Amino acid sequence: MSSRGFSGWLLAGVALLLTAPLAAQDTTQAPEGVRIGIEYRPGVRPSVVVLPGVGIDSARAIVARDLDYSDRFEVIALGPRDTVAPVNPGGRALDYVLFRTLGAAYAVELAPDGPGVTVRLHDITAGAVRREQRFTLPPQFDLNYRFAVHRVSDEVVRWITGTPGYAASRVLFLIDRRLYRVDSDGGGVAALSGPGEEVLSPTWSPDGKRIAYTRFAGGKGSLVLQGVAGGDKTTVTGTGVALNITPAFSPDGRLLAYARSGEDGTDIFTADINQNCCVQRLTVGRYSDNLSPTFAPDGRRIAFVSTRAGAPQIYVMAADGTDQELLAPFDYGVTGSSNAPEWSPDGASVAFHREVNRVPQVFVLDVASRRVRQLTSSGRNEDPTWAPDGRHLAFVSDRSGRRQLWVIDIVTGRIRQLTFEGQARLPAWSRRLADPVPTQP
Amino acid sequence: MSPAFTRVMVAPLALLLVVACGGKKAPEQPAPQPQPAPQPTQPAPTQPAPAPATPAPPAEDPAAAAARVTAALLGEVATMIHFDFDQSDIRSDDRALLDRKAAIMGVNGGLRVRISGHADERGSDEYNLALGSRRAAAAKTYLVNKGIDAGRIETVSFGEERPLEPGHDEASWAANRRDEFEVTAGGQSLRNP
Repeated sequence: MSSRGFSGWLLAGVALLLTAPLAAQDTTQAPEGVRIGIEYRPGVRPSVVVLPGVGIDSARAIVARDLDYSDRFEVIALGPRDTVAPVNPGGRALDYVLFRTLGAAYAVELAPDGPGVTVRLHDITAGAVRREQRFTLPPQFDLNYRFAVHRVSDEVVRWITGTPGYAASRVLFLIDRRLYRVDSDGGGVAALSGPGEEVLSPTWSPDGKRIAYTRFAGGKGSLVLQGVAGGDKTTVTGTGVALNITPAFSPDGRLLAYARSGEDGTDIFTADINQNCCVQRLTVGRYSDNLSPTFAPDGRRIAFVSTRAGAPQIYVMAADGTDQELLAPFDYGVTGSSNAPEWSPDGASVAFHREVNRVPQVFVLDVASRRVRQLTSSGRNEDPTWAPDGRHLAFVSDRSGRRQLWVIDIVTGRIRQLTFEGQARLPAWSRRLADPVPTQP
Repeated sequence: MSPAFTRVMVAPLALLLVVACGGKKAPEQPAPQPQPAPQPTQPAPTQPAPAPATPAPPAEDPAAAAARVTAALLGEVATMIHFDFDQSDIRSDDRALLDRKAAIMGVNGGLRVRISGHADERGSDEYNLALGSRRAAAAKTYLVNKGIDAGRIETVSFGEERPLEPGHDEASWAANRRDEFEVTAGGQSLRNP
């Protein structure tokens, strides 16, 4: 390759680098001024370039965006009209010197391969292909195509960082009281409940195959378990009376913890959902409210909300209801109400929202040190839910003028908008989903 | 603080009057069937009706009079009570309303009610469901302490799911922090206590 061609390509690459974050978002606008930069240090993260090529441009665009949304890399996304073909015809050797000059640490190559794609991860520094794997993809018009590509993205993140990305996951949420889902990148919005049904408090089972929610009717609510595909609805035993809210699965999927609200206050119970039996009461509030249970990933502890000291605050107990104590410290009469705790997938943190000057903001508690950190400050921000990677949170914010779901990377503070329709609320993020499941609304 | 406070106190009272005059839109209220009598009528039921064709007031049809009394009492039972922000204590200015409900229920043993607690849009969506339960329970406890059998009163909570006023201001919030009272049985013919 001549040096003239080299420098020409280099310039094109730099221009693309500068515009890449915008160009990579085709379904979402990049909101202005949202990089609040808690500890955002560009240049420290490795740069990754998704190589252009022939065919499957949509897969490249999805992968490039997923890598960008992982917030673990500086992504250099090359557009489909880039005519440069930096991959040699043999498909293995890459002009590593070129990419080293560009500052790229890794290059991701996607090559059409029958009914799928072969993905090669080039380690620019080492000057070699680090991983190569073939993935089967459904046809592009298939509803599961995008999700299958998300799974490729998560593998690429794992190859580079050692832990997978969170692209192959979905968020349940409500518009009014209708249940919807959205993919981690904002695509694939679909209604999961009918227009006449009233749904509250949706949550995922740990295996991502079932969901649970409150079926709200006439000021009362039963808890419903259903398969993500739509069928198999069952009512959890004992929840046909009173108002049963805020269900949460135990990590082994055997128990459902929830709050029952009635004339004696609101208290937390568990039910065995495998055998649909054996309701146990965990709190005895005596006219205080105890709600919003969330299991630690080891299943041994449950964080929850209690009004036992007055305003709602975040407490913790053993999974059998013993050893109840304060979890997130507060100053009596000073600290605002705290609600909606969710234990992180790695167990190290509990996210929740706490009112600051009567406006809810998203906080994260470090469980070991019991220190809290405020993540948001613009508008109302509430009901945080963890992405499967344990470093991103979806939450409800009215910063755009109406309540929508947003995603924040708690490491860099980078924020993006996830939903754009109606008034969204009560999000619940799945773990990584093994198999895409078609929707039957 | 005091000007804002009084404004908050006055607003629900004003609204309460409006509501008492027929603004309630409870969807499935078992409407007092016997007569299409003017619901909770204008606050002038005792006036010597300037009605065109009934010249002699004392000659009112007894059935019509009973229906009028029943409608007025149902209106009193259905009158809402209101709450301070994030509180479920019965306010002193609502005690008279509850005392009156208790008296009406006391002499009309077949009357059964459903109390639904509501919250304003501030505060956590799910916490507000619990708060609504507490507000409904507070009114029930008050009535039970006045001698009404607990089995005649059902409580439910709508949290912030059924706002009465759509606004996002103090007046709307104050109006939405309420208990509604719905007659579920025994409202066909009521006696005045």
